[in-house]
Amino acid sequence: MKTTRRWLALTIITVGLGALAWGAAPAPAADPVKIGLVAALSGGSAASGEAITRGLTVAIEEINGKGGVLGGRMLELVRRDDESNPSKGVTAARELIFKEQVVALFGGIDSPVSLAIVPIANAEKKPFLGVWAAATGITRNGANPNYVFRVSAVDVIVDKGLIQYAAKTYGAKKPGLMLINNPWGESNNDGLSKAAASQGLTIAGVEKFQAEDVDMVPQLSRLKEAGADSIILVANAAPAAQVIRSLDRMSWTVPVISHWGISGGRFVELGGPGATKVHFVQTYSFFGEQNPRGKHLLELLMKRYPAVKGPADVIAPVGTANAYDAMHILARAIQSAGATDGPKVREAMLKAGRYEGLIKTYDPAFTADNHDALNENDYVMVRYTEKGEIVPVKGK
Amino acid sequence: MLILSALITGVATGSMYGLLALGFHVTWAVSRTVNFAQGSSMMLGAVLLYGLAVTHHWPGALAIVTALALCGLYGLAVERCVVRPFVARRSEAWLMATVAVGIVLDNVVLFTFGKEPRGMPSPLTLHTVRVLGAGVYPLHLLIPAVGLGIAAALALVTRYTVYGKALLAVVQSPQAARLVGLRVETATSAAYVLSTIFAGVAGVLIAPLVTVSAGMGWVFGIKAFAAAILGGLDSAWGVVTAGILFGVTEALITAVLGSTYTNILSFGLVIPVLALMPHGLLGRAGAQRV
Repeated sequence: MKTTRRWLALTIITVGLGALAWGAAPAPAADPVKIGLVAALSGGSAASGEAITRGLTVAIEEINGKGGVLGGRMLELVRRDDESNPSKGVTAARELIFKEQVVALFGGIDSPVSLAIVPIANAEKKPFLGVWAAATGITRNGANPNYVFRVSAVDVIVDKGLIQYAAKTYGAKKPGLMLINNPWGESNNDGLSKAAASQGLTIAGVEKFQAEDVDMVPQLSRLKEAGADSIILVANAAPAAQVIRSLDRMSWTVPVISHWGISGGRFVELGGPGATKVHFVQTYSFFGEQNPRGKHLLELLMKRYPAVKGPADVIAPVGTANAYDAMHILARAIQSAGATDGPKVREAMLKAGRYEGLIKTYDPAFTADNHDALNENDYVMVRYTEKGEIVPVKGK
Repeated sequence: MLILSALITGVATGSMYGLLALGFHVTWAVSRTVNFAQGSSMMLGAVLLYGLAVTHHWPGALAIVTALALCGLYGLAVERCVVRPFVARRSEAWLMATVAVGIVLDNVVLFTFGKEPRGMPSPLTLHTVRVLGAGVYPLHLLIPAVGLGIAAALALVTRYTVYGKALLAVVQSPQAARLVGLRVETATSAAYVLSTIFAGVAGVLIAPLVTVSAGMGWVFGIKAFAAAILGGLDSAWGVVTAGILFGVTEALITAVLGSTYTNILSFGLVIPVLALMPHGLLGRAGAQRV
């Protein structure tokens, strides 16, 4: 009918004009370059999310202060809370990639969440940088091209280190494994068993527990009966604290060597006095003699976050340290790629060359075969003080 | 030793389920309604105690009493604002309304208390004592004592005091109670205040053993409701017994099979038990008016 055709014509003209107007609009001055973060911002590991945020924020402000990237474009951090839940992490990652159009994604403490995000990052060709989650399979994911990079510990290497430390420091011969029952625990189950076998130790037993568990006495009793002379603990702060309390209740004094999950939350507050006897691994400590970058980062942190008055106030320090270095490495890659295009940034990450960072001098950070920037020479063994400060164990 | 330790923890958590379930029983018996979000009330008790005792350094006893009093007030508010309007209109929507209020409370606490679980220090978890070879905290021994003590006190009060008898009268027949001048509305409010105070006591007791967080009550509440159904909502001793049984069963399953199976099996066992005894362990079939 005539009326319908008239409406149709009007609609087409309006849409057409709109498209013209939108296309002709001047490009906004210096589009920000968005950097995404999917991490635990709430729950038992919320401290880790905050620490990573601080490391990224301080690095971004430093880079923006020097003129940003790609000719004056400012970096902007966009965060989402994964609540330590893989499905929420996946939803958040998708939102950041498709709606916020981030140039790259940073991950958080939870390996199960990072493992769930890896396929999306590779499918959408978005660089995904791990700065805490240590599961081996995150970077060694079999994809080619692999868009996942990591400036953090790697389980398979940490596991070798933990077994070695148990044997050397405590003369352990039969460690018992207490592992969180999730993909991260599994990743370490594998690594620890292989490391023990290759170093001539026998595993007394492998016991698992859930993140909400409060009573680990059954598992620990079984390990004790199996003759365990040390405990290798892999869990985040809240359940690990309950392991320590269970040990306390059993009055079983046994050396506990832990992975670094316990540094992502209020371990000493939740675990009680026994928590200060646990030795665990870190990639960086703000105590002791700092290199110039370390001193500089502490100054930046103290200025940006007035509650931080010294190294003791840097909570969950590895998050901040790893994220700070990773952000700088990424920014340099974006700059040398000359674009925000995923594949180009990925190639630039592999050609990064020498960079004097906080944790070490990366030379280079990544190669085609190795997307992990840190190795066993970059680890340091630490413990908590009663006040919750992380200090290096004297005499490694 | 393993089993003994599991039994002790099981009796302690079971007493918590029992206390929460007692709260369900009290309001159900008096008004045929429940505050379905009892778990949130329990969380409120723990969070308030943390806020008063740890953040503001109030003396322990004062903090506990204040926290419980505030829980009671919360119960009063729930009954007055959320349950009564629906009951007055003969609507069953009070159930969903109490669930909604529980969710709102959880989230308000999330914003104010914070997103991180916190540890509650307590003189009763500083040292362990040995009971028949198993290491326990004094708190593990206090909890069942308090739980059973409260159940016993409730039984005594309802049987031997005027207020208690008035409550029983309302339970037996609201219309008859009204005829003799008892105010059913007051009895209902009192029941809700009692039920949230019980939940608050559970929260205060369990807080040093677990961590204090906005979400700590949710699973407890569900399990307590299961225990209440298992025990028969009309029987005070039934719900307490069922609560303790549930806690012990959970602890034994964890000790023997591992915690991966705990929830599956303990909830799974509820189904055949209810199939065999539909009115719960100590409940009775309601008489049908012909």
